Amino acid sequence: MAMNCRHVWDHISEYIDNTLDPQLRAEVERHLATCEICSAVIDSTRNIIVLMADDRVFELPLDFSKRLHARLDEVLKREYPEPLGMGS
Amino acid sequence: MNRPSPLDPRETASEQELIASILAGERENFHLLIRPYEQQLYRTAFALVKNEAEAEDVVQDAVLKAYRKLASFRGDSKFSTWLIAITLNEARGRLRKESRAAFDSLDEQREQNRDYTPAALTDWREVPLAALERQEIRALIQQAIAELPETYREIITLRDVEQVSVNDTASMLGISVALVKVRLHRARMMLQKRLVPHLRLVAKPERKRMGFGRLSWL
Repeated sequence: MAMNCRHVWDHISEYIDNTLDPQLRAEVERHLATCEICSAVIDSTRNIIVLMADDRVFELPLDFSKRLHARLDEVLKREYPEPLGMGS
Repeated sequence: MNRPSPLDPRETASEQELIASILAGERENFHLLIRPYEQQLYRTAFALVKNEAEAEDVVQDAVLKAYRKLASFRGDSKFSTWLIAITLNEARGRLRKESRAAFDSLDEQREQNRDYTPAALTDWREVPLAALERQEIRALIQQAIAELPETYREIITLRDVEQVSVNDTASMLGISVALVKVRLHRARMMLQKRLVPHLRLVAKPERKRMGFGRLSWL
């Protein structure tokens, strides 16, 4: 039975991640070969995913690291890690 | 498109040595241990609390907690996984405190509802990346992520922004791999639906589509 659009949409994410099982993938591809709309939905979703990965280049607030290590330093100077079994 | 995990086995080995040395009393080494993850922790915290100062507090508290609880890290997950899980918990704790979560739990109930319809537009994908107003698009994407319910914001941040593997995401969130996939799918579909109409307005195609040339700029 041929897949309809709604059925294809259920698998978009796994299709993009390439984790669909081969038979399902083949069915999705058969649908995509003739369905302009689903092809566009997949491509636009993939574009968004690519752009999100770009967001990893994200600036930390000025002196974030300095403040973090300064605060850490205060604790490191006076405390040891808790021995196992203390609270959770 | 998954990037390699930030830890190769050699680094993991040296991390284990660092951890052992800290527990043996060389406390200063904790600085070295967390340094590689600072940015990732901050971005993860920021994705949840959506406020710079608060995200910074979350990271500081999480790092201190990780130090104090270091002996309980057993090495059955990666150190980074453990550290990010602590950060997520800190961030969630703050959201609860401010009872911002009340809103999100409503969306959680809708998780059963599979009935979404993607935005069906055929133009945007053809636009060459160079032609896009990248800053504007980036801002739109960040805004759309920030507006997702907490559950979906977490999953998108870990998987698609931070590129954490499915398995590591599952252990950070304490949920099954299957649920990671389901939530990721829904989160992506929400973003697609939310973003594509706007992206289309920002990025006006300069030419009509030719043939079946999908993914021209990917």
